[in-house]
Amino acid sequence: MLEIKNLHAEVEGNKILRGIDLTINAGEIHAIMGPNGSGKSTLSYVLAGKDDYEITEGEILFNGENVLEMEPHERAAVGLFLAMQYPIEIPGVANMTFLKTALNAQRVARGEGELKTPDFMKKVKELSAKLNVTQEMLRRPLNVGFSGGEKKRNEILQMALLEPKLCILDETDSGLDIDALRIVSDGVNALKSPERSMLVITHYQRLLNYIVPDVVHVMYQGKIVKSGDKDLALQLEEKGYAEFTGEAAA
Amino acid sequence: MAAVKETVDQVKQIDVDQYKYGFVTEIESDKAPIGLNEDVIRFISAKKAEPEWMLEWRLDAYRRWLTMEEPTWAKLDYPKPKFNDIYYYSAPKVAEGPKSLDEVDPELLRTYEKLGIPLQEQEILAGVTEENRQYSKVAVDAVFDSVSVATTFKEELKKAGVIFCSISEAIREHPELVKKYLASVVPVSDNFYATLNSAVFTDGSFVYVPEGVRCPMELSTYFRINEQNTGQFERTLIIADKGSYVSYLEGCTAPQRDENQLHAAVVELIALEDAEIKYSTVQNWYPGDSEGKGGIYNFVTKRGDCREKNSKISWTQVETGSAITWKYPSCILRGENSTGEFYSIAISNGYQQIDSGTKMTHLGKNTSSRIISKGISAGRSNNTYRGLVSAHKKASGARNFTQCDSLLIGDQCGAHTVPYVESKNASAIFEHEATTSKISDDQMFYCQARGIGEEEAVALIVNGFVKDVIQQLPMEFAVEAQKLINISLEGSVG
Repeated sequence: MLEIKNLHAEVEGNKILRGIDLTINAGEIHAIMGPNGSGKSTLSYVLAGKDDYEITEGEILFNGENVLEMEPHERAAVGLFLAMQYPIEIPGVANMTFLKTALNAQRVARGEGELKTPDFMKKVKELSAKLNVTQEMLRRPLNVGFSGGEKKRNEILQMALLEPKLCILDETDSGLDIDALRIVSDGVNALKSPERSMLVITHYQRLLNYIVPDVVHVMYQGKIVKSGDKDLALQLEEKGYAEFTGEAAA
Repeated sequence: MAAVKETVDQVKQIDVDQYKYGFVTEIESDKAPIGLNEDVIRFISAKKAEPEWMLEWRLDAYRRWLTMEEPTWAKLDYPKPKFNDIYYYSAPKVAEGPKSLDEVDPELLRTYEKLGIPLQEQEILAGVTEENRQYSKVAVDAVFDSVSVATTFKEELKKAGVIFCSISEAIREHPELVKKYLASVVPVSDNFYATLNSAVFTDGSFVYVPEGVRCPMELSTYFRINEQNTGQFERTLIIADKGSYVSYLEGCTAPQRDENQLHAAVVELIALEDAEIKYSTVQNWYPGDSEGKGGIYNFVTKRGDCREKNSKISWTQVETGSAITWKYPSCILRGENSTGEFYSIAISNGYQQIDSGTKMTHLGKNTSSRIISKGISAGRSNNTYRGLVSAHKKASGARNFTQCDSLLIGDQCGAHTVPYVESKNASAIFEHEATTSKISDDQMFYCQARGIGEEEAVALIVNGFVKDVIQQLPMEFAVEAQKLINISLEGSVG
């Protein structure tokens, strides 16, 4: 599904990604862990198509298509979704309006035509109930005044509604308490399917108890330095990143 | 958000420089000699078959105007209009004034059709629910260059006792009302442009709603400047007698021309006891091209007088056009418990300059006012909100709430807020809130990452920003305004 080959990216001359190779097959869940500043979030933004990064080398293929030539909204329409670490506030735009605009924009781009309002309402109602997103949160302006947990639940609601093929979760667990973490993880797990892949970026092994990965990668200084199964995350939890950074664990 | 979607589709069909209403109508016109002097004023007055007192009134205004100077306090930068290079009167050629729509030049009717104005009486605007059916009709007075060409639904309004006609007709047919109210809100020598208007105004609308009557339909005037080098000076006078209600909408467009055209209107509203006037404007004069060439100079004086107790005047404006806008729809809150409102969306793009706002003058006890202003600047434009809220000594219990928000798109435009607050009464409570924000790259990326394209994302964010004001417009025009906003901002990103 996703093939990243020798990807190099920089911001204002600072090299951040220095040759990433990563292949994710349909139905697989991959986790990326690594110390602060290793380039994890950059990788997620580059995949989604944020402007600030210059790709100097390498390629990204999504179901065989060259993603780097696509605008962010085109990437979304072909099924790439990034659940952001810091969801953005948009005053005056009701959450519900945003959801509908996004869903219909993607549907139209794919030639599916807009979803009828009653069908849309039904779908949102169903999904929001599962994620503990209240009617009031749907009426409020997008993310404005939402708590950390509300913002993250809302990201997962968008994901569930848009039904992407590849879900990228950038530190979705940060700022969540235990209960919220469970709700969010349940939401993500409900989306597991043989046709859908996930890339979970996290600092903490804890999240991976809920969302169990098939492969765990360690990223350091813009490269994937080690890959393994879910036990690798447990080892990291115990020993820290000293093995990779060359520094003693605290 | 079907409206947003539709807008974006529409926007894509047009080029950046292509102003939708930029066509010229080929029609023979009857003009006054170019320039301004007493003879031209006599010419206008004669053309209008005005009574002697009206001519004297005009000449008096003209003489006062000669002694006045153009104001320079606004944050606007433009070459002074050459007042002697303008035609002050231009009318489509017809032998007599049209008696009915059948007598109106078909070319003119086609123009109004192109502008989307329902001149034909049977036309009912779409999208109105059954229960509102009686309000779904819109009576239109259409002003082309200097004259009013057709007023619709006259008969039906007459039954309700409402007078809706051109001001020229009112001067002839209802002199007692005109004499009593004309210049009673905006005095002849109020300001440079109002005085000029008093001398040369050529047409405009007149509305009188009698005591206790709720006007059975929306009233509307469309102004169009067609002729080259023509100034448009319209005069609108609306009187709502005791306990009456009227909702009035004006729309404006002009062809695309390289030179600047002058528009200097005066609008006066008078609300008597328990009466309410709702005045909405969708102003879409030609704003000039992408290099700032051409466009309308719009110098307008609009003022409402809540003359008696419990009266209410509400201004709603959507300003998207004009190269230069100088406009401050205001309320004099004279009657006890009277209310003034000002809701504004002012959008500037390209090289447009807007200096607009309102004055709320609290004179009576327990008067209240509310100001919601949303300024959106894009391109290389400058957008200034200028407001004055004042309470006089006797205005005990006066209340005002002002909210003034600016949104910037791109980094070459400017937003400025100049609010004045003056209170001479200790019991007055005035609140002012202001914000300035920018459509951030992060907001754009967030929308795009969810599948929403660039233009549509801007439309979505801007519509969120102006929502409070759009809600104040009559329903039929809210959708129209939304479209207009998005078209105005087209090409402002990327």
